[in-house]
Amino acid sequence: MPLDPPKPDKVYFFGTCIIDAIFPQAGLSAIRLLEREGIAVVFPQKQSCCGQPAFNSGFPDEARQVARRQLYTFNRDYPIVVPSGSCAGMMKHHYPELFAGDRDEERAFRFSSRVFELGRFLADIVKIRLIDHGNPLKVTWHSSCHAMREMRVIKEAKTLLAQLANVHFTELEREYECCGFGGTFAVKHPLISAAMVRDKIDDIVQTGAKRVISGDCGCLLHIRGALDKCGLDVETQHLAEFLWERTNG
Amino acid sequence: MAEPARFDFKKNIAKALKDRQLRKNLRSAMDGLRIKRQDVFDDAREFEELRRYGNAVKERALSRLPQLLEQLEQKCTQNGIQVHWAETTDEANQIVLEILQRHKATRLVKGKSMVSEEMHLNNFLARHGIEALETDLGEFIIQLDGETPSHIIVPAVHKNKDQIARTFHAKIPGAPYTEEVEDLNRIARTTLRKKFQAGQAGLSGVNFAVAETGTLCLVENEGNGRMCTTVPPVHIAVMGIEKVVEKMEQVPPLLRLLTGSATGQRITTYFNMITSPRKPGEKDGPTEVHLILLDNGRSRIYADPQLRQTLYCIRCGTCLNHCPVYTRLGGHAYGFVYPGPIGKILTPQIEGLSAAGDLAFASTLCNACEEFCPVRIPIPALIRRVRNESYAASAAGAIPGHGFRRNLMEIMAWKAWALANSHPALNRLGFKLAGRIGHLLPAIGPLKAWTQVRTRPQFALKSLHQLAREKGVPNG
Amino acid sequence: MGNIARDRILRRLHKAASQAPDVPATACLPIAAYDRAQRLERLTTLMRAMRTQIEVTNSRDWVDRLRAILKNRNLKRLLYSPETEMGRELKAAWPDDPQALPALCSWKGQIEEFKDELFHIDAAITTTRGAIAETGAIVLWPDEKEPRLMSLVPPVHIAVLEADRIYNSFCEIIQAEKWPDHMPTNALLISGPSKTADIEMTLAFGVHGPRELIVLIIDTM
Repeated sequence: MPLDPPKPDKVYFFGTCIIDAIFPQAGLSAIRLLEREGIAVVFPQKQSCCGQPAFNSGFPDEARQVARRQLYTFNRDYPIVVPSGSCAGMMKHHYPELFAGDRDEERAFRFSSRVFELGRFLADIVKIRLIDHGNPLKVTWHSSCHAMREMRVIKEAKTLLAQLANVHFTELEREYECCGFGGTFAVKHPLISAAMVRDKIDDIVQTGAKRVISGDCGCLLHIRGALDKCGLDVETQHLAEFLWERTNG
Repeated sequence: MAEPARFDFKKNIAKALKDRQLRKNLRSAMDGLRIKRQDVFDDAREFEELRRYGNAVKERALSRLPQLLEQLEQKCTQNGIQVHWAETTDEANQIVLEILQRHKATRLVKGKSMVSEEMHLNNFLARHGIEALETDLGEFIIQLDGETPSHIIVPAVHKNKDQIARTFHAKIPGAPYTEEVEDLNRIARTTLRKKFQAGQAGLSGVNFAVAETGTLCLVENEGNGRMCTTVPPVHIAVMGIEKVVEKMEQVPPLLRLLTGSATGQRITTYFNMITSPRKPGEKDGPTEVHLILLDNGRSRIYADPQLRQTLYCIRCGTCLNHCPVYTRLGGHAYGFVYPGPIGKILTPQIEGLSAAGDLAFASTLCNACEEFCPVRIPIPALIRRVRNESYAASAAGAIPGHGFRRNLMEIMAWKAWALANSHPALNRLGFKLAGRIGHLLPAIGPLKAWTQVRTRPQFALKSLHQLAREKGVPNG
Repeated sequence: MGNIARDRILRRLHKAASQAPDVPATACLPIAAYDRAQRLERLTTLMRAMRTQIEVTNSRDWVDRLRAILKNRNLKRLLYSPETEMGRELKAAWPDDPQALPALCSWKGQIEEFKDELFHIDAAITTTRGAIAETGAIVLWPDEKEPRLMSLVPPVHIAVLEADRIYNSFCEIIQAEKWPDHMPTNALLISGPSKTADIEMTLAFGVHGPRELIVLIIDTM
């Protein structure tokens, strides 16, 4: 296993398309957190999507086309910080697969070695110290499947939450179980997706938490939408936005 | 060919999700199986080492598959086991029939065998006047109800006590109505004991076939497998060609992986290793043992290096136990013999994409199956492969029926998506539009499906691109 | 028909196999190692957890212990093999007129003739080839002296095991006894009485195999 690099002076930030279009505040919070730690953040305006939606849906050529754009956009040697376990997983673990035998195979390999999921980056590379200025709050954490199983960054995210003195954190009973988003699965199999998110919501409610925090906005979009449809009074928030809110004072 | 009625996956899904009893039974059973598996593999590092070993053994065995099958055949034949080869399930059924007819046998007792389900053997034999009686308790229960298994390891997992009590009372002559598990078992024991005694031939599957020695290995807890393979004068073993193992020394770790993953046991009650029929001087055991090697599409799967990994499967069922989709649907919804994650990749390859390719789309790619597969099959990658081939235009794909899902709308949609995400100006425009009119979009197609379950997504007025620009975050 | 299928299948497999590189052999995993006392303890604990009755005794008293176990259990007949040393010892120490004990009987002829009687015998006693501590199982190699069904059909199976023949693991016994060189017609591992959890995942013992397994461990130390 390669050793972690030391805290860098400069990083790229990959926003992810869901944060870009629907939760831009989460992206902005992440950038602010990094800048507050003295790291220069570069946000290439030509970035778009990691390509995962097409990659998972049976359209690898289209996925490769879009992924290639990211390879050329993030062309310098800076670490690439990604506020999503799902997108980070795509770029770190599947880009080499996607570009195997392609003219950009080497570029893809080097790219993927620079990808870091945000929570882990803050915990392990920046070794961030967080001071909680917020009021007491009961929260729970939702682990996205790719954050859990591909990127394996859950422990790190929880250490960040644990630093917040006024945050009371309860784990979900079935944290390991998928929420049912799965990208296009949510619209291709709405009934199964509904059954899965229903169970996830019941789990959230039984924790008594007022807010669900997650490192993945795809899951949050889906859980938020289902909570609202059920008229439930639980908030959802991305980890970056939550950390910024609690520590900004 | 008594196939189940035309496979309507969407209908099956809707039906399964509405069945509260089924979902309750499944949730409870899957939780139990997962916990037991975890208890028996409590050392995570040891488990990883064991799985790597399992994967390596399978990779090696498959790399030498034709030689190992030839060696297995040679050893078995030397030992007196008659080896038959069947390309299709029809051929396999015919071979079984010929053996039974030659012995004028009309009463066959069966141990649990998924390959025999693949063959639809029971229906075939019934059409020829031969009773094929399931003796594994779970299989016995569903046979009484005229159902097929809904799980690879626990075939009657979808049933609860009172359903079984009703079945026994209605279908077994003289059986009282009782929901006590001990009593139900006793009824099964008494009924089947007579059948073992009277069986004219026995059929089993094979968990591992050792090429080095020509030994057929079987795991079981109940004793019915040993009854079927030892009491009647004829034993027929049916096996997929991928089940051959190179060496005897590889069996213990594979056995550990199988029993630990399937039922959370260190070892099953019995591990039965058969190397020959009754030898001169011996007083029991079958006088004839037959081994039927079934292809049924496996040699085609074998030819593709990536898809070949599908054949590593040792049929432990653990991917089912960890799958959030299987836990909600149960096995019958999948329409074919093998449900769950392994079913999603195996069935389309055996039956063809147009018949079964839809199965591969009922997955969130959560990776839970891959996390626990004892032989490290990269199931999510293989699911994606099946999806890719479902849309692929060219004949470069290995799976029959490729491109069955191609449709203009989806192709155009993804091309448009790729275009928008490859050109920053288009991307910016897309976000601006979404922010302004997203909430006005009519709820049709994907948006309709989305809003069945969730409120509409609210597109931000200013994208992160715009906010970053306004904040003065450097571009390069 | 079979030969055509064989040729076609093998031809396809050979073609595909030749196009990929050969995969090297896999090194064996390390074998678990316990000392003698640990082996005995582990075997006993694991098998008892699977509802096996385990009695540890010494070589002089084992028949006495067996008599004590089987007394007043309403077992009519105990099937044994007069051709084994264990069987001969048993017979020698068994009372001619067993009051509260089962009468000894032996296998007559082939299974075809003996089957009906076998299915009505209450108990059988066999030797064992050894046992495995790691997983908790006894090892049997049935043969012409002790046919396979002795350890399956009668509802009670008594197995006599020498403590010295408890191995660390399945791997070890295979290697130590060079199994690949001389596999018997049938080799068996047995870890307890028969069981099932097919009904609502509830464990129930005594299905088709023996309801009871009694292992008499003869410990000469």
